[in-house]
Amino acid sequence: MLNATRTLLRGLLVLLVFLFVWQTTVSLSGVPRFILPGPMLVAQALWDNAALLWQNTLWSAGNLGIGLTIGIILGVETALLLALSQRARWLLRPMLVVAQAVPVFALAPVITLWLGYGMPSKVVTIALVTYFPIASALFDRLVTLPAGLSDLSHLSGASRWREMRFLRLPHAVPGLLSGLRLAVVYGPLAVLIGEWVGSSQGLGHLMLMSNGRGQTALMFAALLVLACLSLCLWVAVEALSRWATRLLGTCEYATG
Amino acid sequence: MTAPAIYINGALHVAQNLLIDGFEITLTAGGWSALLGPSGVGKTSLLRLIADLPCAAHLDGHIKAGDGAPIGPRVAMMAQDDQLLPWANTLDNIMICARLRGEDVQSDRAAALLADVGLAGFERRKPAQMSAGQRQRVALARTLYEDRAIVLLDEPFSALDVMTRYAAQDLAAELLAGRTVFLITHDPAEAVRLADVAWIVTQTGISACPLPSTAPPRAPDAASTLSAQATLLQCMRQITVTGIA
Ligand SMILES: Nc1ncnc2c1ncn2[C@@H]1O[C@H](COP(=O)(O)OP(=O)(O)O)[C@@H](O)[C@H]1O
Ligand SMILES: [Mg+2]
Repeated sequence: MLNATRTLLRGLLVLLVFLFVWQTTVSLSGVPRFILPGPMLVAQALWDNAALLWQNTLWSAGNLGIGLTIGIILGVETALLLALSQRARWLLRPMLVVAQAVPVFALAPVITLWLGYGMPSKVVTIALVTYFPIASALFDRLVTLPAGLSDLSHLSGASRWREMRFLRLPHAVPGLLSGLRLAVVYGPLAVLIGEWVGSSQGLGHLMLMSNGRGQTALMFAALLVLACLSLCLWVAVEALSRWATRLLGTCEYATG
Repeated sequence: MTAPAIYINGALHVAQNLLIDGFEITLTAGGWSALLGPSGVGKTSLLRLIADLPCAAHLDGHIKAGDGAPIGPRVAMMAQDDQLLPWANTLDNIMICARLRGEDVQSDRAAALLADVGLAGFERRKPAQMSAGQRQRVALARTLYEDRAIVLLDEPFSALDVMTRYAAQDLAAELLAGRTVFLITHDPAEAVRLADVAWIVTQTGISACPLPSTAPPRAPDAASTLSAQATLLQCMRQITVTGIA
């Protein structure tokens, strides 16, 4: 706990220094406020547009929550299916490899074209972008059971299900966590891109609109809210990862 | 539970290379057989073949139980590295094979075995919180928990200090009495203490070694044990110089 508090304090200090440098730069250089507003102006915009920001945050966060949930559930299911079934692996593994090489973000315009400007296209984009890292990180761990543990399973004549439950799943928890870490980075990015491609609501939409109208301070305020949203997700995954590490130990199989 | 003899003959290869040339050994039914040899000669491979585990080496020959029944399902094996689940505590590690088979677990018996190997109070420890010697004793407790007729031990006490090793050897001798035990070791003293029959293995084959006529486990400091140990060392030295005749 002490450690976390210290990290937080350090972050706060860095933030204060950053805000100070920002404000000084703006004040001294005389950059017009529609190019770079100072932190005071951004704070003012945050306060003045609280209701507008809140409404758009709800929309974006709702999409993010639903999309992440779907991406995680489908990703975990795919990894389990691939790990359990040779045939599924033969069929789907190449797709997973290709999907890792192709930037899934590039599909956002197509998805918007097919599903329209509303919620479904956003949710699908977010789900798609989080699905692949989760599926592949979890799958990689599920199929790389250390030789010693696979010997145990062999000697016991374990069924595939029990091997999955008692050996592969606990061994794969770190894989799920690293997939989640990627997902919470990609998720907010997908929110932005989805809304930039076409939306009538949300923080990304608000950024685009305020930018077009020269309300740069409001754009920064929306960006700030989105950053806070990302930070919350990151903190949640870190907490989950700490808890899992405490529960499962280091999870690394020591040889020799 | 009747412990069968195990008959093994043939030559051991890995990827076209000869590991052990033509040999023929019979593991004593319900007794301890020890195999001594330099590292890399193929001892672990032989053990894995007996246990029917995947193995890079290939035996041109046969492995058969004296009663003709399959060997694999009757085997408990303690591997060279402890093979403990890093996320599971000591008790769960001891009972993992039972869980994998879908049997009910007996945590009282597991706890008793843990106390037998000198680790009472370590029930909730994770492998990362124990020394190599303590982990090896947990692995021994797991092997004992399996309660099998055939027990394969791959350098089981190598990480233990001398006094703990003697205690673990005595315990294993007591709790594995009446089972067919195949002990792989590089320690002549261990073979002399525990074995009913002992062999030395080199690339040229496997040859029998003389052991004291008393019954194992033999006192580590008895004159007959020490002289047999000296003879064994001489044998090993001679064989590594000249090869098996
Ligand atoms: N996958 C493999 N491919 C080729 N050679 C192997 C492979 N695995 C093990 N070996 C060789 O087989 C030999 C026997 O190994 P092992 O049975 O572990 O020896 P020991 O237990 O006697 O120390 C070693 O010399 C090793 O190099
Ligand atoms: Mg070995």
